[in-house]
Amino acid sequence: MKYRSPTSESCGVQAVLMLLGLGFMGILVALPMAVIFVEAFRQGWQTYRDALVNPQALSAIRLTLLISAIAVPLNVLFGLAASWAIAKFDFVGKRLLITFIDLPFSVSPVISGLIYVLLFGANGYFGEWLDAHDVQIIFAVPGLVIATIFVTFPFVARELIPLMEEQGTEEEEAAIMLGASGFRTFLSVTLPNIKWGLLYGVLLCNARAMGEFGAVSVVSGHIRGHTDTIPLHVEILYNEYNFVAAFAVASILTMLALVTLLLKSLIEFKFAREIRAQKG
Amino acid sequence: MQFFHTLKKPSIIPGFGLTLAFTLAYLAVIVILPLSGLFFKASALTLSEFWQTATSDRVMHAYKISFGLSFIAALINSFFGLIIAWILARYHFPFKKIVDAMVDLPFALPTAVAGIALTALYAPKGWIGQYLEPLGVKVAFTPLGILVALLFIGLPFIVRTVEPILQDADRELEEAALSLGATRWQTFRQVIFPSIVPALLTGFAMAFARGLGEYGSVIFIAGNIPQVSEIVPLFIVIKLEQYDYAGATAIACVMLVASFILLFIINWLQSWAGKNPAAA
Repeated sequence: MKYRSPTSESCGVQAVLMLLGLGFMGILVALPMAVIFVEAFRQGWQTYRDALVNPQALSAIRLTLLISAIAVPLNVLFGLAASWAIAKFDFVGKRLLITFIDLPFSVSPVISGLIYVLLFGANGYFGEWLDAHDVQIIFAVPGLVIATIFVTFPFVARELIPLMEEQGTEEEEAAIMLGASGFRTFLSVTLPNIKWGLLYGVLLCNARAMGEFGAVSVVSGHIRGHTDTIPLHVEILYNEYNFVAAFAVASILTMLALVTLLLKSLIEFKFAREIRAQKG
Repeated sequence: MQFFHTLKKPSIIPGFGLTLAFTLAYLAVIVILPLSGLFFKASALTLSEFWQTATSDRVMHAYKISFGLSFIAALINSFFGLIIAWILARYHFPFKKIVDAMVDLPFALPTAVAGIALTALYAPKGWIGQYLEPLGVKVAFTPLGILVALLFIGLPFIVRTVEPILQDADRELEEAALSLGATRWQTFRQVIFPSIVPALLTGFAMAFARGLGEYGSVIFIAGNIPQVSEIVPLFIVIKLEQYDYAGATAIACVMLVASFILLFIINWLQSWAGKNPAAA
């Protein structure tokens, strides 16, 4: 029996808290994850494989990869620019700017899609102009990309801003004084300092970009083989009562989520050590 | 770009004008303009039109469902989330790292995947549903199902805001309380709990806000029966599918204002938590 510190609860209370906490987690979080894989493999490996390699599933996978390949780098670029401006300089309206950057997180995914339908849809502000120039955004890939950029907008910036604020400006100032250009300073001084935070932001941004449902669903129009992403494909299969295929496709997204969490934990571990090393 | 420099403190680090200009331009194009488009569209409605759409019987019921269930879910999550944060911050048990990482699963798992997984669990023949059915408890396709989905997506907000406070808490205060003759429960109530109230309220508000806008995880399990289990985001989508853009806009405006008020409250709570010496 371990020595019990006087500022901890009695063993009975500890056991009850553990049971309540882990029980709640088990039912609410672990079971849903387990059910996805069980349902996906309900009819065996062959059916599972068929659900993933059929042309519509493959086209959904390709589209999702394409969307995140556009949305994530753009938001990384934005995150780097925003955190440089915000963390390395003092200026009027800084806090307000940060609030605006966080804004997409508090907007319902459905509304995130709606705002672009109102702008670019057939009856939208730019609808006629787009139609006249034969450009389609809503119910087409560009709409999916823009809606995804919106919902993943803050991830990289909000990871980098506090990190770069904490690191201050001394190292950059030293580099500049020694004659390095701004860009060179960024590459050789700032980037190595923020690389884990950046990776962390990219990871979360990518997971959301690939998994977004609500916003994408509103602008997609659900044109099979053209505008259905992986999450939308899951919905289509599910609504057709093709449950095994729906769960099979959902299982790739679940694995993406698990890999994201694993890498995230690894980075947190690594990150904590680096931050301690920098401070020590 | 010279204009920006009049707003900031002098610095030898270059790139302020460029990065701030890019940040503002990107923010304006992706977030500010589309969101103001929504309010602009709403302002084209007459007051009575707006009022009629935003307060019709069906949507009033959806408000009740969305606000009521998000509130109840955030309340239940506050209780269990506090327990989970407590055991993660203070106890040692096997696989703790995995449990800790799993708390973030609702953040990482695409909402549509969560939706079909929860539905499969709570459907009358599902793993959990089959035991509830004989008891006369129906979860899937009822408001109770919506509650389960909102519990799932809201849990990490509470745990992740409360856990760091518990970890960094000054144990000496607890020892002092103990040496002055307080029982463990008194110490919790009068010493520990007051110090985590700001964080708990922040987590509550975040979970509540997320619940209001949630779409993907809810629509599969809700059954979406008008005036019974229909949430506001779904109602916006239905309006859009009927090409009733004005209606969708009016309701979206109401929800957007609600989330902005919550965002304001969350920011205020966070600055309160930052100032609270007990929580620091």
